[in-house]
Amino acid sequence: MEPILKVQNLSMDFGGLRALNDLDLDVISGEIVALIGPNGAGKTTFFNCITGIYPPTEGDILITPPGKKTKRINGIKPNKVTERGLARTFQNIRLFPNMTVLENVMIGHHCRMRAGILGAILKDRSTIKEEERVVENSYQILEKIGLSDFVNEFAKNLPYGAQRRLEIARAMATDPFLLLLDEPAAGMNPHETEDLDKLIKQIRDKEGISILLIEHDMKLVMSLSDRIFVVDYGKKIAQGTPAEIKNNKAVIKAYLGEDIDA
Amino acid sequence: MDYFLELFLGGLTRGSIYALIALGYTMVYGIIELINFAHGEIYMIGAFTALIVISVLTMMGMNTLAILVIAGVIAVIYSSAYGYTVEKIAYKPLRNAPRLSALISAIGMSLFLQNYVLLAQTSDFLPFPNLIPDFEFMEPYAHIIGSTDIVIVITTAIVMIILTFLIKFTRIGKAMRATSQDKTMAMLTGVDVDRVISVTFIVGSATAAIGGVLIASHVGMINFYVGFIAGIKAFVAAVLGGIGSIPGAVLGSFVLGWTESFATGYISSDYEDVFAFLILVFILIFRPAGILGRSERHRV
Amino acid sequence: MFLTFPIMVIRVNPIEKIIEWRWNNLILVGAGSFLISMVWRYMIERKDYGTRKAEAGEKSDQPPLIQRVMKDKRIYTPFLIIVALFACIFPFVFSMYQTNILITALIYVMLGLGLNIVVGLAGLLDLGYVAFYAVGAYTYALLNYHFGLTFWMVLPIGAGMGTLFGILLGFPVLRLRGDYLAIVTLGFGEIIRLILENWNEFSFGPSGIAQISRPSFLGMDMSVHGAIIYMYYIMIALCLFTIFFVNRLQDSRIGRAWIALREDETACQAMGIDKAKTKLTAFALGATWAGMGGVLFAAKTTFVNPASFTIWESIIILCIVVLGGMGSIVGVIVGALILILLPEYLRAFSEYRMLAFGILLVITMVFRPGGIVSDVRRIYQFKGTAETKS
Ligand SMILES: Nc1ncnc2c1ncn2[C@@H]1O[C@H](COP(=O)(O)OP(=O)(O)OP(=O)(O)O)[C@@H](O)[C@H]1O
Ligand SMILES: [Mg+2]
Repeated sequence: MEPILKVQNLSMDFGGLRALNDLDLDVISGEIVALIGPNGAGKTTFFNCITGIYPPTEGDILITPPGKKTKRINGIKPNKVTERGLARTFQNIRLFPNMTVLENVMIGHHCRMRAGILGAILKDRSTIKEEERVVENSYQILEKIGLSDFVNEFAKNLPYGAQRRLEIARAMATDPFLLLLDEPAAGMNPHETEDLDKLIKQIRDKEGISILLIEHDMKLVMSLSDRIFVVDYGKKIAQGTPAEIKNNKAVIKAYLGEDIDA
Repeated sequence: MDYFLELFLGGLTRGSIYALIALGYTMVYGIIELINFAHGEIYMIGAFTALIVISVLTMMGMNTLAILVIAGVIAVIYSSAYGYTVEKIAYKPLRNAPRLSALISAIGMSLFLQNYVLLAQTSDFLPFPNLIPDFEFMEPYAHIIGSTDIVIVITTAIVMIILTFLIKFTRIGKAMRATSQDKTMAMLTGVDVDRVISVTFIVGSATAAIGGVLIASHVGMINFYVGFIAGIKAFVAAVLGGIGSIPGAVLGSFVLGWTESFATGYISSDYEDVFAFLILVFILIFRPAGILGRSERHRV
Repeated sequence: MFLTFPIMVIRVNPIEKIIEWRWNNLILVGAGSFLISMVWRYMIERKDYGTRKAEAGEKSDQPPLIQRVMKDKRIYTPFLIIVALFACIFPFVFSMYQTNILITALIYVMLGLGLNIVVGLAGLLDLGYVAFYAVGAYTYALLNYHFGLTFWMVLPIGAGMGTLFGILLGFPVLRLRGDYLAIVTLGFGEIIRLILENWNEFSFGPSGIAQISRPSFLGMDMSVHGAIIYMYYIMIALCLFTIFFVNRLQDSRIGRAWIALREDETACQAMGIDKAKTKLTAFALGATWAGMGGVLFAAKTTFVNPASFTIWESIIILCIVVLGGMGSIVGVIVGALILILLPEYLRAFSEYRMLAFGILLVITMVFRPGGIVSDVRRIYQFKGTAETKS
């Protein structure tokens, strides 16, 4: 099966620092794939390269949206990446704090809407319809995510766990075929993490959105993932099913440090 | 050729003054990433303080050299105190607020200080006595360069050397560098960030005050508005060199000084201030990081 | 705070070639700064307390008074009607002088609302707003002088020129980081003014252009008196138009994108919003309003010269937006009326006007970043939809 995201030989330099080194990764439609690695391994940098925030130094990023041709998306702007159907969340929550929860999700719809200045002023039929559709749709997304009680609350007033979920809702609103989640469980309590586990599975099963996630919570990773990629110092050190990764020497070494092995 | 030399040296003098002011911008920006709009006003206050002290002391009939030194020292102390206070009042409470808020607060402070001096003093240009003596050995070159210019250039050089020393080798200098790299990390490793910021403002204000005294003796008059224009130009110089970088600020200042000097000398003096802004626009469009600045990516 | 005492005190010894000691100022300043420092500390403490409370997760118990009033239709509607009536009869009840002042204030309302798009909604600090204002004013002045074009013909042209300049300037500079934008726009404002001042053949230099015609009603000749009243109604109409326009915009797809941009640029881009395009629309629209304001200004004063377009003008408009409440239409209107009318009626203190503006900017930012009428925009009308669904 054709992978929907295929990354080949990706490298990224920051001045002298090689944050990503010749990395390969692929996601097949319908999969939940995890990207793990110790702190500072380059996971977030990987997301930033794929989503156009940093132009990678080397390598290819190819996407194949369902029913469309394969495209190389190196170096295109972040908003174009999102338009093509990749949406992401941020490790350090980046909501729009002074907008309501609903508005945050409506922003996600932006690139799927057409109304221009003229439409906004004249409020013609199609604009009104579009707004209504977006409000409706946003509300539905919030219901699925379990935030429908907070629609008119400011994003900044939400509890931490809810903010993380709102990031997911907002990303879903861009109508992606692949969702990139950067440590979605960070800062959540075990109960919230369990809910998140269900939610992510639901997004894949019900919405048909494939998922690539970065996560440090191994329990969650093992429970969710179809496949796991492990990076350390920007290099891929292992890839495989959860069972394979659990017993991989290189992975254990990277996580526990050199000394123990020696 | 003489004309060229004259313009060149004029540019050097201008550049030196800009450098003294630009340092404050660059240091503050390097540490808290804020354009300190009130910096130009600090410089203006330095010049005013010096003027007041000079007038008082002259009335008392003191020796000119002594007056110059005393006035300089008092101006530096006052400006530093102002710089310190401005930071405490207008910026510190906004350290965690959006950038825009701090910027607006800075503009407010600048507006306030200008009008404060305007009201407490006068809106007229005040003559500023030139206390720097004419050196005899300079006599043969007097038509191209005055002794005031020499003093300015030399003082600037000395200040630069002291500053470089301060930042490279002292404890507080190290703390400053650490803070500008990463505030949170610096805090975690035990750096008193508040103190570092205060010191930065004080040092920046002190150099600005020196610049204020020097340029006032050079031009021979001051009013409440001089700080604003000079401040903006010095800011241009800082950006030109690469904001946050101290050698950059100096280099940028000289480039700006020469550009202005030659442009007004050969093209037209009506548009003197336009050149600075045009340079700014071009540099920001084509090389936003400045001449010596590293292009830094915003971390996500 | 105490450190600055001596400075404040000794600072007020002015010289005007002779030295004048003003010891009485010393006492005044000493006592004043002591008081102020006390109040300041108290306020800061209160603010810290407030943030701590917010961090602890407690929400402020009640929405602010103004917001409650705004929400309550029973108070809101009659209030609007009274304001409308008052606005209608104003020129017949009050003197021409008063009407003239109000016209000025209304021009500022318009400018404020225009700048509010740029600063308040999109979060772009534009310190060269006055440049576009000047462009509008000179467009009318020059077209009227050379070709005798009338007010109504030039109004759209002036607005268009504003847009054009906004796009021309915006294109290169909007890629810059926010704080550079402030300086570049400031520089641009000064460049335009310097050009107007020095390019005599084009703009008649510092002496400016006089005898610009007032707006005329269906080609009728009007007395000055009539023209002022006419101008007043034009202003009211245009302000209403502006309010309508901005109001519709800010609840639209574009308006939301502006606000999102202000809140977090990176996240905004990651949501598929074209940063450059969105910024440019905000900037150009703001400039359009400045251009329109300029035409109105020229028509009102019948005289333009570069001195009307200094950086301070930009800062006054910025004050209006900031003090009134960034992003809030009502706030900007209130801000403009207060900041323009108050100094007019307190002529005695006019010297202190800019000083006060400076203090106001700092204080607003430190203690009430939302301005007088904050949060109003954020009452979202989708509430109904959402509730009926749940
Ligand atoms: N904008 C940048 N400029 C310079 N270096 C950077 C930048 N962004 C990341 N780095 C460096 O790249 C390396 C990888 O960082 P990255 O944030 O990708 O790690 P990570 O795997 O996401 O870590 P964590 O698990 O802590 O989130 C780190 O050494 C980091 O310091
Ligand atoms: Mg990370």
